[in-house]
Amino acid sequence: MSGNEAIARGAYEACVRLGAGYPGTPSTEILEALVSYPDIYTEWSVNEKVALEIGVGAALSGARSLITMKHVGINVAADMLFTAAYTGVKAGLVVVSADDPALHSSQDEQDNRHYARAAKIPMLEPSDSMEAKEFTKFAFELSEKFDIPVMLRTTTRIAHSSSAVTLAEPAKPAISFKGFERNRRKYVMIPIHAGPRHIDLERRMSEISKLAETLEINRFESGKGQVGFVTAGICYQYVKEIFPDAPILKLGLVHPIPQNLIREFSRHVEQLIVVEELDPFFEDQIKAWGIKADGKKFFPNTGELSPGMIRDALGKENPPGPISSSFKIPPRPPSLCPGCPHRTVFNILNKLGYIVSGDIGCYTLGALPPFSAMDTQLNMGGSITMAQGMEIAGERNVVAVIGDSTFAHSGITGLLNAAYNGRNELIIVLDNGTTAMTGLQPNPLSGERLNGEPAVKLDYHKLAGAVGIPDELVRTVNAYKPDDVEKAIIELKASGKLSLLVIEGPCLILKRKKKK
Amino acid sequence: MKTTGNILLVGVGGQGIILASNLLAQAALNAGHDVKKNEIHGMSQRGGSVFSHIRFGPKVFSPVIPEGKADLLVALEEMEALRWLQYCGSQTELIVCQTRLNPANINEYPGGIADELTRLFNKMLTIDPVSLARECGGQKFINTAILGVVANTLDFPESAWRNAIEKLTPEGTAAKNWEAFLAGRTTKGTYE
Repeated sequence: MSGNEAIARGAYEACVRLGAGYPGTPSTEILEALVSYPDIYTEWSVNEKVALEIGVGAALSGARSLITMKHVGINVAADMLFTAAYTGVKAGLVVVSADDPALHSSQDEQDNRHYARAAKIPMLEPSDSMEAKEFTKFAFELSEKFDIPVMLRTTTRIAHSSSAVTLAEPAKPAISFKGFERNRRKYVMIPIHAGPRHIDLERRMSEISKLAETLEINRFESGKGQVGFVTAGICYQYVKEIFPDAPILKLGLVHPIPQNLIREFSRHVEQLIVVEELDPFFEDQIKAWGIKADGKKFFPNTGELSPGMIRDALGKENPPGPISSSFKIPPRPPSLCPGCPHRTVFNILNKLGYIVSGDIGCYTLGALPPFSAMDTQLNMGGSITMAQGMEIAGERNVVAVIGDSTFAHSGITGLLNAAYNGRNELIIVLDNGTTAMTGLQPNPLSGERLNGEPAVKLDYHKLAGAVGIPDELVRTVNAYKPDDVEKAIIELKASGKLSLLVIEGPCLILKRKKKK
Repeated sequence: MKTTGNILLVGVGGQGIILASNLLAQAALNAGHDVKKNEIHGMSQRGGSVFSHIRFGPKVFSPVIPEGKADLLVALEEMEALRWLQYCGSQTELIVCQTRLNPANINEYPGGIADELTRLFNKMLTIDPVSLARECGGQKFINTAILGVVANTLDFPESAWRNAIEKLTPEGTAAKNWEAFLAGRTTKGTYE
């Protein structure tokens, strides 16, 4: 089982009742696996904030909930996350943050362990698929015991690696909850209520800190040698690979970490080395406690680690190293598929020379040669609103380009903002009917749900009409008719008014899949 | 003492690397090994390079092969064999299928790759994709056929492979995949 499949299995064994999220590599396969288990409600929500809100509502009403997203999704959901720590959740609420060190398919490589610390909630981090399953189950128990959301952090190498998993049958939670029970002082976070809840949150976290000292998943592995390692997640496997006999303190709970246990461990070794990817999250805390430790002295703050990096950095003798060649082979970056409907529009945008405020999806590949027709891409939904900023700053030659799923995720608020504030931009929606980049998940423009049920399909023309865009400035054209696409872009741009152009062309991979 | 088998499967999106690696991992599991497998998906559908690490033995820690430690590199595309040398050492054997696929925006396949591979690898088996496709029932079974070639280098029982193919290949294709696998076992590549 992959780490993602194991998380879904763990949620099933924990009798989860709801799974929601927004697709994002490397988290997507969790819900795609969860949907196949019986009696669990699953959905692709329109974005991560919505998914988490649904999870909190369900948990407060007594249903264990699993909410999944990639690391940057937590940025979107953070508003809810921080306050849900105050209110508590009643039934278990587990939020998966799938981090992507080395940016295999992401716009940044932020270290989401900081979120657990900032939001004051516990975070677990498995090191293989079996742990992914078991930690998911434990996360639900912890969440209910301390009335707090729990984060489960994976990284790409955990989410997308497979290893053996022993299955168990679903076990009913120890506590069975009734539906929603009114408690305004706990659930209505006006300042007079939120203050006491913050105090209560500090109490809950300090209890969890005490528990961390004795938790089985914070495991001391005795060994030979004077160098001891503190590590977690995939880095644990790398350390074991290179130093199978060294003493190791393996942290399963990565926030809060056990001060006394680490201090005790440090007394047993001459040198304590912290092995962690990205930021010195453990190392800074350990040093702040006055415990001598090294970590980032040996390893970078960027990218992934690997067994070889640990071997080389720590001077373990290296048998004859990798072979190398000076032969230059061309890179093979991903590119828009042959015949992809997005190709037409980027050819045209390249020819017309507009500044293209872009967004996230397969179509971001339009930034690369031979198209070279996208000039900015930072986050989900930013295309429409960044173009507004450009317009205000005096740039007239801008168009915004966004995909259908991204439009539903956070483009619609930008459209409303443009209308409200009198902007005159051209918004181009590339509608291929699916969330293609992450592997073809349905969305509110697909007319289908995660479980394959038919669903409402957003009507662009009515939506545009509702924010006051007149009919003649809303067009839908076929992606495979380049002349129509070009004409529509030129005419709508020439109108000098807020306008919406939907370029329709179904994703070829989806078409092929549906034929089968 | 060497206890872990390290196989790196590489190619291009669409060549069936992921299915082949699933089959290999399942066969290793069936043969009684602890197994870990690592790949990255997300962008591979769009024609990028694809890799999968498969590691097996009594107890496997890292799902990623340590640099320089691959025992076997299996390339379903010729140029891709050169892209992953960081995982290869002097012990690494190469099985390379001489399929040549140009990356997007490159119109001429670089020359001299076969010679460079011969220079780099002490042991190398070159497979002609045209004759293999003829033997194994077509282009789309090449991935399973190559597993037959790989199987000749491993001591997994035949039943371990057969079960994996029956369990994991798409519905209705198990028999054809099994034939392709057997064709791979008997195909004649060129040893160097």
